[in-house]
Amino acid sequence: MPETTTTPAAPSAAAAPAVRRKTSWAAYTQRYGAGTALVALLIFNALFTANFLTPANLLYVQLRQAAPVGIVALGMAMVIATRGIDLSVGSVMAISGQVGALALLSGTGLVPAVALALLAALLCGLFNGTLVARYGVQPIIATLILFIAGRGIAQLLTDGRLQNVDDPAFQFFGLGAIAGIPVQVVLLVVVAAAIWFVARSTPFGRYLVATGDNEPAARLAGVPVRRVKLIAYATSATLAGLVGLMEVARVSASDANNTGLGMELDAIAAVAVAGTPLTGGRISPVAVVIGALMLRLLQNTLIAHGVSREVAQMITGFIIVAAIYVQRQAGEGAG
Amino acid sequence: MNQLLAFRTRASNVLALQRHGALIALIALLVFGIVRYGDRFAGENLANLLADDAKFALVALGMTFVIMSGGIDLSVGSVALLGGVVAAQASGAGLVPAFGLAVLVGLALGSLNGVLIAKVRLEPFIVTLAALLGVRGLALYLSDKKAVVASGTGSFQDFGRWELLGLPVSAVFMFAAFLIGAAVLRYTAFGRTVLAVGGSEDAARLMGLPVARTKFVVYAMSGALAGLAGAFLAAQTGSVSTDTGIGWELSAIAAVVVGGTLLTGGVGSVMSTLVGVVLLQLIFNLIVFENSMGAIEISSFWESVIRGGFLLLVVLLQVKLSRRRASGGTAPA
Repeated sequence: MPETTTTPAAPSAAAAPAVRRKTSWAAYTQRYGAGTALVALLIFNALFTANFLTPANLLYVQLRQAAPVGIVALGMAMVIATRGIDLSVGSVMAISGQVGALALLSGTGLVPAVALALLAALLCGLFNGTLVARYGVQPIIATLILFIAGRGIAQLLTDGRLQNVDDPAFQFFGLGAIAGIPVQVVLLVVVAAAIWFVARSTPFGRYLVATGDNEPAARLAGVPVRRVKLIAYATSATLAGLVGLMEVARVSASDANNTGLGMELDAIAAVAVAGTPLTGGRISPVAVVIGALMLRLLQNTLIAHGVSREVAQMITGFIIVAAIYVQRQAGEGAG
Repeated sequence: MNQLLAFRTRASNVLALQRHGALIALIALLVFGIVRYGDRFAGENLANLLADDAKFALVALGMTFVIMSGGIDLSVGSVALLGGVVAAQASGAGLVPAFGLAVLVGLALGSLNGVLIAKVRLEPFIVTLAALLGVRGLALYLSDKKAVVASGTGSFQDFGRWELLGLPVSAVFMFAAFLIGAAVLRYTAFGRTVLAVGGSEDAARLMGLPVARTKFVVYAMSGALAGLAGAFLAAQTGSVSTDTGIGWELSAIAAVVVGGTLLTGGVGSVMSTLVGVVLLQLIFNLIVFENSMGAIEISSFWESVIRGGFLLLVVLLQVKLSRRRASGGTAPA
């Protein structure tokens, strides 16, 4: 991040509006730390990484690897906007993948199999949402239940055995491309655009943010807080289910032990690193996508340049904290 | 101070039923086990269960204080892995240096969490999530991604064989740690401050309580206990595999919640966490026994389903109890 070397102190409260209108480099880097880091990483790779700026690498390696986390993170961002968290996404991916694979292997055909898998994921989301919205259980605990039990359920469906799925139509979800763009990337763009539109231009979008910002006030203002939360958890789980199917299709096998393992942490990190506070009340699909791309590219860059995976992991942890810190400074400076 | 005392007393009244709920379940399962399986269950099996539990319990003890202060520590599993790795690597130097090093490493990382949360005032969830990732990376780097085998010649591995008062020494250690923890919570200003900070950080600050210092200490303590737990594991099993500690943070949170401590902070009990840890472990122990009797055929995959189902049960019970409290008007909702 060469820009930050000339960064002056955070703008004072009085000067903030003017600074923001001008979008000076200093304010910009602070507000959009993750985006700046992404640009810096792209420039670095363009200069120093062989074969980086090829369509094959950008589309089929970088973007296709980042897209699954991005899609799950978009659902996670909706939940986080309501001041919640969804720890169950990885387990839901495993359940959805297993259900889809089982249905396909039992000969239901492609569409019913996908529908069944997404339905299973939706049910998981409704379970989470009901606990949170109707019973007032804390989100971290409510979704911890499926985090723990969900993987066991997925494993029980086939006694933990791997299922090979080589249906070509199904593999399209993981290996195919639309107009030369990998399916995952297309879906990421579609989902991000849909959530962007919903958040920006529909009453539900405003309800979502109001619920997370100040729940008692939102309730008094007539916002259907419970329904909003239920929908947020249902969406998060359904998107996780979709990604679970994509992962099964990509590796042509459903592995309940490993599908989606650790996905909740990657998704939360992607949401947080781009400046969405975990305390709710904000959602920015663009920032989430940037966060997911940045974290993935960071890891790939480090590994491509001979840094071991473990050290890359350490650096990632450090970058997450640094990004949050820089953006929080900016947030406090702006008022 | 009067207000604080009243606050604590009311909180412990409120908690009594929840705490005893877990305790009653624990006693019921123990009686069931003893009646059904007799000596096979009661003697050595239970001692081993407690020895095994000690490391999880230490992590959960630290987590209890963190949660009571209104925070969360997701990094404990990774810190335990790192503690285990350094303890195993230093095991040739003997028991005390190896354990001391593990505790120091844990304390250092916990302090780092504490500084970022208490002084820089970043969100606990994010800070400890980043630590979860980063510390695991560090541990894998130190261990070269291989299981670290502890030295067999020094006194390090004797720890797993020692007994005190007829119990494995790790179990004795666990009970001692929880008694100290309970005493700290009940009888010291620090303990009361933890609850006050968790209840309302702003109110605690206005009362002039050392909020930042208290938060720092709970994370430092959680890190040190996690490091110690890793050393326990290394000494008991003689080696530390790279997947050590994965999911420990969530098991610890589950045990704390099952014990009846509310995640919102401000209320809680140390001994009930111990009940929660032992209870969750005992369930699996009983499943193993049932399987061995041939009475039921339950694959290991059921373990997590049952654990999750149990957590659901406890959570719904808590909801019911807290609603009754709220409608009775004896405590704030």
